[in-house]
Amino acid sequence: MAGINGSMAHLSDSIFTTSIAVYALAMVAYTAEYAFGRRGRIADTAVLAAPARELVGAGGTVLTKDTPSDIPSVVEIDPTTGKRSFADRAGWLAVALTVFGALLHTGSIAVRAIAVDAVPWSNMYEFASVAGLVGVVAFLGVLWKAPSIRHLGSFILLPVVLMMFLAGTVLYSKAQPLVPALQSYWLAIHVTLVSIAEGALMTSAVLTALYLVKVRHDRLSGKPGYVPGRVGTLASRLPAADVLDKTAYRIVAFAFPLYTVAIICGSIWAEAAWGRYWGWDPKETWAFIVWVIYACYLHARATAGFKGKGAAWVNLAGFGAITFNFLVVNIVVSGLHSYAGLS
Amino acid sequence: MASALVGGSVVGTIWRPIRQTWRRLTSMRTALILLFLLAVAAVPGSLLPQRPLNPDKTTSYIKTHGALGHFLNRIGAFDVFGSVWFAAIYLLLFISLVGCLIPRIRLHFKAVARKPLPAPRHLNKLPESGSFVTAVTPAEYATVARRTLGRRWRVVTRTEESGAVTLSAEKGYSRETGNLLFHVALLVALVLILIGHLYAYQGTRIILQGADQGFCNTVSQYDNWQPGRFAAEGKISPAPFCVDEMSKFIATYTSEGEASQFQANIVYRRTVDSAPEKGVITVNHPLRLEGDRVYLIGHGFAPEVTITMPDGSVRHDVEAFVPEDATTFLSDGAFKQAGPAGANKDVGVSGFFAPTPQTTGNVVTSIAPQANHPILGINVYEGDLNYQGLPQSVYSLDTSKMKELGQANLAVGETRSFKNGVSVRFDGWVPWASLQVSHDPSQGYLLFAALAMVLGLLGSLGVRRRRLWLRLTPSSDTTGPSPTVVAVGGLARSDSGNFSSEFSALIERLEAAGQPAGIVPVKE
Ligand code: HEM
Repeated sequence: MAGINGSMAHLSDSIFTTSIAVYALAMVAYTAEYAFGRRGRIADTAVLAAPARELVGAGGTVLTKDTPSDIPSVVEIDPTTGKRSFADRAGWLAVALTVFGALLHTGSIAVRAIAVDAVPWSNMYEFASVAGLVGVVAFLGVLWKAPSIRHLGSFILLPVVLMMFLAGTVLYSKAQPLVPALQSYWLAIHVTLVSIAEGALMTSAVLTALYLVKVRHDRLSGKPGYVPGRVGTLASRLPAADVLDKTAYRIVAFAFPLYTVAIICGSIWAEAAWGRYWGWDPKETWAFIVWVIYACYLHARATAGFKGKGAAWVNLAGFGAITFNFLVVNIVVSGLHSYAGLS
Repeated sequence: MASALVGGSVVGTIWRPIRQTWRRLTSMRTALILLFLLAVAAVPGSLLPQRPLNPDKTTSYIKTHGALGHFLNRIGAFDVFGSVWFAAIYLLLFISLVGCLIPRIRLHFKAVARKPLPAPRHLNKLPESGSFVTAVTPAEYATVARRTLGRRWRVVTRTEESGAVTLSAEKGYSRETGNLLFHVALLVALVLILIGHLYAYQGTRIILQGADQGFCNTVSQYDNWQPGRFAAEGKISPAPFCVDEMSKFIATYTSEGEASQFQANIVYRRTVDSAPEKGVITVNHPLRLEGDRVYLIGHGFAPEVTITMPDGSVRHDVEAFVPEDATTFLSDGAFKQAGPAGANKDVGVSGFFAPTPQTTGNVVTSIAPQANHPILGINVYEGDLNYQGLPQSVYSLDTSKMKELGQANLAVGETRSFKNGVSVRFDGWVPWASLQVSHDPSQGYLLFAALAMVLGLLGSLGVRRRRLWLRLTPSSDTTGPSPTVVAVGGLARSDSGNFSSEFSALIERLEAAGQPAGIVPVKE
């Protein structure tokens, strides 16, 4: 194996830092859309009361709704000027920044791959970076299908930026060649699948958390004398609970088979490298726990009494287990899988 | 009659609770709880040291934690995956799974054999509905609609009493097929894992580079032997193979001293009687034989010495030293040469091997794992090596009945003489490798079961179950260009996909198919 290309590794680090900055800017833009998109919220409330297409907003301006549901519309056109609203422009800017950030992020991973001359996810830093990218791409994918959730961008980017920051500081390790046990194409397949599945599951967890907020809001707002607090204001701008729940489920339905295949590939690799396909190593044990919890989630959705909120909590528990597996098991509990690269 | 009633009630009192328990055990809710328990039960298995993985750590954990340690030990917390309660959970889950699968498989067969249900009276009350008019007669449109729907839909055409023609269509049967396949494959996988555990074995053996160091796959020739319950001593199957020689061990390192590849070149025979073959084992590429795999799991250095005994006889010895440090390969070991029995003239040498030595003052350490002018540090003893006559570790010396003659740090080729005519010469070194032989008769089949699980999951989570009904009624305006009104209703029987948009695309297709070219579609 060739050595490490130092200048390439350095370049990769710089691009990585830049992409964090771009994501942070995108977050600012999403938040701006959120903060200044208040008119949309008022329109929403009005739509629920009177399902007309033309509405008189609070300020006397006429707002157009093109989605006759309680999902906030994407394009808010101010008919008095014929231009897109500030919030809408902020939203599009945010999406553009996210795409740009994702491209940089991809670039940083690609350059790192060239630097180490191998798949660049053999330690925690590299893995966190890849999983974060998958989370962003999953969000962009969902956005493609359901543009109505655009203003939720901050909720997705916040954990990604936090994770990348953690990756770039605490978990960081220099570009290194792979130790012999990691030199296997099963590693490439296994880790790629795990990071795709876990990135997707992160998106599902965020939507599930928002679902719980929305359900609570829906329950409270039906009561007399309800005054929306900060969370209530947030919740009223969320897509319908049902939409959040179904989207979260569909992501799991996509990620669960992927995670299953990832575990199988991991076992095939373990069989070749360590002489057994399964050994209840801490990392393997937690992969099992995560898998079983998501199987629980799928069952809970089909079980009377657990549907909805019950299942949602199981989904969050699943992501909690993923986080535990990534942070605590790698750093605190050691095992054969101690690839963390921390010293 | 009366006796039958009495008999019935007796059977009833016995049967009812059993049936109820069975029903409860095989319910979805129980499965859910058991699954959750399984996840929770696995947690201590990752947080507490586990005896099968790490016996030393476990023992010291119990020691340092006093009463808590003993309590945890008694409830099996240091061998979670071999404990009774873990077994109880998965056994219950297994039974629950069998109990819920049998009726589901029967029902599914019935559902597949049954024709799609007749159309409900009011199609517009279904979650998705719509209607359009078409230029052809109901009978003609029925054919058109069947063709448009294609083979994916199972369609039944019926004529209602009123004369209206209805089409009942259903698709996505493979969702349940996939789900059942997944669960059955899971059951099979569990059985295979169990069989594997019972019949598997693992043996390890250290082999020095060079001739006459080989071994055959026989229990007595392993340094360490871990059999499954039914792979008891001696019952090694299939036919024993032999690793006759490790002709060369190669370790490659990067310029920074990171290991990049380990490789053992060996000569082996597939059975005792077959011809010798050459083979290569590397870290990710075991030697795969029929039923057994041979892995390279460790390596180290074996220094060679020439020892002159107190009686003047000259002994040659080479022993594997154990690496104490995984990055520098500073290794420890011992040489033992017995003199005449009972004469107290045995010679023992304990020492360390520093592959790339660095000397600071009197202390020698190693700074790299490659052998580069290595140093052998020795303490030489004379006396009784094994006064108790018990089996001993080959890597250390019991010096309680020996007296020290002196110590030395030797480079290759150096000799040091001690009292009583004893001298030690460091002749050189050979690499050794530790090979692990693993046998698991079920793992190949398990891979198939796992693939079947994935296939089942893809069907279970990917296929969309849909029902669709069409009611074709003659239009009231029989002379117009649109003699038939088509009402369509749809029902999604699974959450995947977005049925609303699927339905609108479908109804567009159905409408377009009913418009012969040239006739302008008339909307309601
Ligand atoms: C041993 C662990 C088990 C695992 C890992 C497992 C996994 C799964 C998965 C991944 C699904 C797909 C969920 C979906 O279609 O949304 C599923 C569905 C299902 N499972 Fe299990 N299962 C297990 C045990 C059981 C048991 C013991 C039962 C019976 C009591 C059961 C009954 C069902 C049923 C009825 C469905 C269909 C739910 C639906 O289609 O909505 N499962 N299971």
